[in-house]
Amino acid sequence: MQQLPNERGRFGDFGGRYVPETLMPAILELEQAYVRARQDRAFQAEFAGYLKRFVGRPTSLYFAERLTKRLGGARIYLKREDLCHTGAHKINNSIGQALLAIRMKKKRVIAEPGAGQLGVATATAAAMFGLSCEIYMGTEDMQRQALNVFRMRLLGATVTGVEAGSRTLKDAINEAMRDWTTNVRTTNYILGSVLGPHPYPMMIRDFQSVIGREARKQVLALEGKLPDYLVACVGGGSNSIGLFHAFLKDRRVKMVGVEAAGLGIESGKHAARFAGGKPGVLHGTMTYLLQDDDGQINLTHSVSAGLDYAAVGPEHSYYHDAGRIHYTSATDDEAMAAFDLLAREEGIVPALESAHAVAEVVKLAPKLKKRQVVIVNLSGRGDKDVQQVARIKGVSL
Amino acid sequence: MSNRIDQTFARLNAKGQKALVTYIMAGDPSLQETETLVLEVEKAGADVIELGVPFSDPIADGPVIQAAAERALRGGASLRKILRTVASLRTRTQVPLVLMAYYNTVHAMGEAAFCRQAAEAGVDGLIVPDMPPEEAGPLEGPAAATGLQLIYLLAPTSTPARRTMVARRCRGFVYYVSLTGITGAKLTNLGDVRRNVDKIRRATDVPVAVGFGIATPQDAAQVAGIADGVIVGSAIVRQIGEHQQDPRMPERIGQFARSLKSAMAGSAASPA
Ligand SMILES: Cc1ncc(COP(=O)(O)O)c(C=O)c1O
Repeated sequence: MQQLPNERGRFGDFGGRYVPETLMPAILELEQAYVRARQDRAFQAEFAGYLKRFVGRPTSLYFAERLTKRLGGARIYLKREDLCHTGAHKINNSIGQALLAIRMKKKRVIAEPGAGQLGVATATAAAMFGLSCEIYMGTEDMQRQALNVFRMRLLGATVTGVEAGSRTLKDAINEAMRDWTTNVRTTNYILGSVLGPHPYPMMIRDFQSVIGREARKQVLALEGKLPDYLVACVGGGSNSIGLFHAFLKDRRVKMVGVEAAGLGIESGKHAARFAGGKPGVLHGTMTYLLQDDDGQINLTHSVSAGLDYAAVGPEHSYYHDAGRIHYTSATDDEAMAAFDLLAREEGIVPALESAHAVAEVVKLAPKLKKRQVVIVNLSGRGDKDVQQVARIKGVSL
Repeated sequence: MSNRIDQTFARLNAKGQKALVTYIMAGDPSLQETETLVLEVEKAGADVIELGVPFSDPIADGPVIQAAAERALRGGASLRKILRTVASLRTRTQVPLVLMAYYNTVHAMGEAAFCRQAAEAGVDGLIVPDMPPEEAGPLEGPAAATGLQLIYLLAPTSTPARRTMVARRCRGFVYYVSLTGITGAKLTNLGDVRRNVDKIRRATDVPVAVGFGIATPQDAAQVAGIADGVIVGSAIVRQIGEHQQDPRMPERIGQFARSLKSAMAGSAASPA
């Protein structure tokens, strides 16, 4: 298999660097710094050290015995990224990029919040390393996630509301890119997922691929064989590519990425880029996008903020077209049901994002043989979502 | 093949004058109004007119231009309709028209189809603020074949190597971004602008126009002393936004353009 991406940041037709000239030098500088760090044993050792001692890696690969029985098919393992410090896989990437910022002598980092998880993870890494940190967040999202806003402020970050556009994630990304354009000499932009211009999709994949390297070893030790299926939710695509990457050469391992079908694909209110989108350019990269015939970006919907975005990472677009990874989707309702199921059967409250992956396992596992093995990436814990779930269920707290 | 942009800069240069380049968002508040505005600013002395193509996620623009894009999209503007507007304008004016479009709007139409239709409509040049030359492969061929001039941006952060590479790829003019930031920010360091424009001139014979942050006749006069062209965007777009309801809005914009142009005339003798 050839090395992806190529030196121009391309995964086949996808990826690249579609950014204003003002940012090009910074992106080239970031790429150089990262390529050096990637080959530098000291950097890798430092990164691994923080993942172990601060994040708490390796995370366990946990056999979900009751869920397996209940579904009556394949043996189901949960890769427990919910046990990471701050409660999701996002911290792997925040630590990696913060370390790189320090190497590049940048004293300030900015980020958008993702589902709030990335904002918290980045504020956490910034606090730990003594960097100044500003998080851009749509005012609509700030309301929906008041708790996370408070948490970021506790960690010393400045949280800045964005009033433009739909006041959600993509507007926050627009604003963060503008800040970066203005303060590019002093600031690193910590992107939360395998999105944006090269080198971000490659770099964030590398930082997250620890998930799959661990899982591969763990499943070999536990089962004496490779898994039959890997399942993960796909927002930008970092937890999924993080799990999948170490298995891509294992031709027999099937991979399923689960997008958010929201209120259903037919409703138009969803974030399933492969079901409803086509290739285009948003936020610096060529990839599958939800857009109209004029190339305007569509508004998306998902119960889970971390999956509620119009673009998917370019590497996923490549593996989609190549047929190596299969993409499907789960609706809000299916995710909510899976959320309840995992809480009751396994004593684990998953993030709503991760519940989409569990929802796919609910459909898949019963169709498989009892000796087959499925690994599902439990990308985060659900504490951040509890308030919202209560609201949806009509429970006042 | 000489195109309207080249002819305009050559004509002004022969008279020792600088080009006033005005930006308006096509379709703000309506495409009908855009036609009126183009004719009005041309009459007021604009030498080149940039038409913004509205995009839902304009990362290189500040709040003023984003708000204009939102108004234009609400009014139903699209790249296809804007090309029809250009074709209609071409029956009445030969002023050079440059589209400023984010890559996805062009890509959605198809790079080759866009170039063909834009050239047919009478568009002279294209600026894609989120497309550095490295990503221009699919556009450069069709643009060259149809005579559409691709204009790239250079910034204060551009390295010497990029400055040379980008400047040499520019057709029509080089768009020098006066500041490290987005449209609508404040112009601060004119000394830097002059040094960078001089460096760009050493890399190419194509004229250099300066934009971002030029808001007043005084700004325009100062930049006219440095560069071949002065690009004014947010300051015009802001006034269009503020006077939407005023039936005399196009005349007001014309007056503003006239004040920019006459300030530039006062300071035109440049040391180029
Ligand atoms: C817990 C969790 N899982 C998944 C995601 C989706 O992102 P990605 O597809 O990059 O893993 C998020 C995003 O915020 C998240 O917080």
